[in-house]
Amino acid sequence: MKKYYVPLGLIGLFIVLTGASWLGLFSDYIQTVLIFMGINVILTVSLNLVNGYMGEFSVGHAGFMAIGAYITAIITTRVIPHFVLGAPLIPTGLYPPEVGTWAKGPAVQLVFPVILLLGGLGAALAGLLVAVPSFKIRGDYLAIITLAFNYIVKSSFENTQALGGSRGLVSIPRITTVPWVFLWAVVSLWAIRNFIYSSYGRGVLAIREDEIAAELMTVNTRRSKILAFCISSFFAGIGGGLLAHLLLYINPTTFSIFKSTEVLVMVYLGGMSSVSGSLLGAIAYTVLVEVLRPLGLWKWVVIPLLLIFLMLFRREGIYGGREFKLLLPKEEVKGYASATD
Amino acid sequence: MSKKILVLSLIFAFILLSACGPAKPKVPYGGELKVGVNAEITGAIPTVGEACVAGAEIARDEINGAGGVEIGGQKYTIALVVQDNENKPESAAAVARRLVTEDKVLVHIGANASKNAIPAGGVCNELECPMISPWSTNPYTTLRRPWVFRVPFIDSFQAGVNAWFGMDEFKATKGAVLFDIGSDACYFQGHFFKRVWEGLGGEMVAFTTFTTGDKDFTAQLTKIKDSGAEVLYVPQYYDEVPLIVKQANRLGLTPKGGGTIRIIGHDGWESPDLIKLCGEDCDGLFFTTHWALDIAGEKTQAFIQKFRDKVGKDPESTGGLTYDAVYLFVQALKNCGELTGDLAKDRKCIRDGLAAVKGFEGVTGTMTPTSEGDMIKSVHIVQVDAKGNRFKWYRTVDPAAYEAALSEHGLSVEDLMK
Amino acid sequence: MMYVLQQLVNAVQLGSIYALIALGYSMVYGVLFMVNFAHGDVFMVGAFVAFFAATLLKLPFVPTLLLSMLGTAFLGMTIERVAYRPLRTAPKLSVVITAWGVGLFLEYITLASLGPWRRTLPPLLPEQVYEIQEVRISALQLIIIGVSIGLMVLLDFVVERTQEGMAMRAIAYDRFAVPLMGVPVNRIISLTFAIGSGLAAAGGTLFSTAYPIIEPMMGMMIGWKAFIAAVVGGIGSIRGAVVGAFLLGLIEIGTGAIFPSRLRDLISFVVVWIILMIKPTGFFGVARRQKV
Repeated sequence: MKKYYVPLGLIGLFIVLTGASWLGLFSDYIQTVLIFMGINVILTVSLNLVNGYMGEFSVGHAGFMAIGAYITAIITTRVIPHFVLGAPLIPTGLYPPEVGTWAKGPAVQLVFPVILLLGGLGAALAGLLVAVPSFKIRGDYLAIITLAFNYIVKSSFENTQALGGSRGLVSIPRITTVPWVFLWAVVSLWAIRNFIYSSYGRGVLAIREDEIAAELMTVNTRRSKILAFCISSFFAGIGGGLLAHLLLYINPTTFSIFKSTEVLVMVYLGGMSSVSGSLLGAIAYTVLVEVLRPLGLWKWVVIPLLLIFLMLFRREGIYGGREFKLLLPKEEVKGYASATD
Repeated sequence: MSKKILVLSLIFAFILLSACGPAKPKVPYGGELKVGVNAEITGAIPTVGEACVAGAEIARDEINGAGGVEIGGQKYTIALVVQDNENKPESAAAVARRLVTEDKVLVHIGANASKNAIPAGGVCNELECPMISPWSTNPYTTLRRPWVFRVPFIDSFQAGVNAWFGMDEFKATKGAVLFDIGSDACYFQGHFFKRVWEGLGGEMVAFTTFTTGDKDFTAQLTKIKDSGAEVLYVPQYYDEVPLIVKQANRLGLTPKGGGTIRIIGHDGWESPDLIKLCGEDCDGLFFTTHWALDIAGEKTQAFIQKFRDKVGKDPESTGGLTYDAVYLFVQALKNCGELTGDLAKDRKCIRDGLAAVKGFEGVTGTMTPTSEGDMIKSVHIVQVDAKGNRFKWYRTVDPAAYEAALSEHGLSVEDLMK
Repeated sequence: MMYVLQQLVNAVQLGSIYALIALGYSMVYGVLFMVNFAHGDVFMVGAFVAFFAATLLKLPFVPTLLLSMLGTAFLGMTIERVAYRPLRTAPKLSVVITAWGVGLFLEYITLASLGPWRRTLPPLLPEQVYEIQEVRISALQLIIIGVSIGLMVLLDFVVERTQEGMAMRAIAYDRFAVPLMGVPVNRIISLTFAIGSGLAAAGGTLFSTAYPIIEPMMGMMIGWKAFIAAVVGGIGSIRGAVVGAFLLGLIEIGTGAIFPSRLRDLISFVVVWIILMIKPTGFFGVARRQKV
């Protein structure tokens, strides 16, 4: 029975959330908050893979989000209408192209995961751009590389008029819903958790502890780094794509360094090297932002203060280095129990 | 394990509690009509947001003070729901979404800067809530969006008038533009100015850009100086103009600095803070805008006085335009005739009511919406009077005169739009 | 030719302001091996203090500059004492996150309490413009460049010739052995922060006289650029910070002059990327050896 706790619980939660949204029991506002929560989970757990488990300091996560978001948005606002309605691929003159109402139909639900996958793959390819420098560069300097990457992505989009330039893409169809986000959140948690406890994941942990020793112990550090960065950016791209089809509007500043640092905050809030921590951190942060909304601007005075207090008094975040027992594979449980006693 | 259950149950409780809503009132909306205001309260152009909110509040106080609006035999008061979009497009879209779905407003007034109004308009159009932008002049905002309307004229008129004015007033043939590539309004105006300038027979010798937030324009301005331009068009907002003009003066482009280039601007210049931030450096420069205080009619004068009493300074056009937006909403309600309490139906009725408006007399002019939801109005050209701390009226260009000037060169407004 | 010289003058002015801020980053990194992400916002606070000194107290240029530097130095020391010192033995990442939190806090508390209104400094420096063979340089630009270079020379003197400076260099060399040698580490670190923040404040004051519109978020972009300048020059090295800053000023103005101005940021970042790929520790940075 215990073995089925997790899958049954997930299916139950899925039914409750989807049903309530579909029946209108959840207001649009609540649904939006749930969607943000889900997207944040995906972003946090993917960044935790690089920053927590691999011990790097990547501050350019929003760059990968941007790539995923733009790829998916271009497909839904330009490519598909082009083939379905004959609309122009690249806007002629100064006006944006017509999107049409194909997006309200049922066909889009079948195509959406494919579109997201394409966005994620694009982001994963971009992950290589950061993985390769990481072979030789570590620590603060790699942080600069990731920072520069974030800015280069943002700047490139700003300067590409065909992609809307700095004015961005408008009229993106609303396809992101609670069930989709839930599915992708579960997939990301499951994928990364499985990766960590696989032999590739062991390599990643070894790199964090001592890269040179790992290399000596026949860990293929290059391959591990590539895998970690690419998986991380893949899911960041998925998150970006989901976000684009929620906001219905993206421009390069949506994916600025501020967004990257928001994800960083969630990772540190939840705790590094912890899938459960990422889940909790993402949920806690999303709820916190909503709860503090009535404060208006002062919200952004309170949140940094909370962050500082967190760093001063509880460095490991909510659940750093620990996992829910349910998420651990059977083989780990014994070792885990003894390790955290 | 118990900790996890606690956390999960807390989340569930939170979700369940918020899903419960209030009971439905007998009078539609409890006799109170919610009007959403999506304004730039913080961010780079706060005086715009301030004027917008003040204009809306003056209108609301007037209406409620007179007992409210009577629709279908029922009296309703107006309640404003004001939200800050931080002058960021993503926030403007998020605010629009919140106003429409969470606050359930009957009409969405805002946003003002086009880079915010365009995404907000996309959201309002998608969610089918009528929107009136008080200040956005970029055509994108209403283009192919039946639910979005605006109060001012559009940039394909304004930027064109600027080009024509630059040529006509200064007898110039060589033009230059410096604009922010990151802002919809500025981008469009820069490009459209170029189109009209060249269409009227002029030569564009420098077409330079910068990105939002830049403070140093010396590289671009030096290029412009070198190009031999006679007129420089700066379609920017009042917080960037002072830096650009001061640096231009210092580098010797303008008459103030010993050069010959004339700088002209657009309605983004109009703010009391322009003179405060720019001072003598901006004295004597021209820009186009929605009204001119010194030639205001009686109705407008009354509004100006109320604004002065309320805010303590002269209103910029956003104030008057928002005031008109609220009254346009009232007119739409009257055209609609009756509210049913069904939000979707009433929004549609109001939307149709807006489209049916004819010859509405506001404080910013007389207006009738086109099929796109834009208003055809005259453009006023004013001049900065730094010592007098005001903008002096110089000239008015009405649409007919503009079209006549274009056709003299074999152009038409439709041709330029392609 | 004159066009090039004019752009060169612009570049030197921009570079000298970046240098003042980049120095603060390098100094703090040198002693604590932490990147003080709040530094850009310290720059902003310096500009605001200068604003209040000039408008409320109606002080002329030099007292404004001094007041701004002193006040902000005090702020820097307070931040160090309250937020960074308790984390000195913690993993580096905690301090970095805290620094970012401090920066955000400074930005939003300024915005929330003072409002979003753009403010402008009254003209504190003479507005004269000199023209030498069609190259225009204003008295303002000359003073900015002069004050920046003066401060840098002063800093060099302090670091190389005084005891405190020697202590700073010693801490940068070996943080754990130094206290055993009787050096008051806490005091020296406070001094480092004070000097770094004071320089940033000078940068802020000078910046606001050159580009007279100040607002709470002005430190963000400038902070990142100065940080990149410090890294390109080799973070931890004072000479490197100066070189990196002028290089960045050159790159920015240069690309703005040659390429369409919208490509400026993109090209600057790509250049930084390339420099780091070729020389990962920057020009003057010292590669830290890792013992196996």
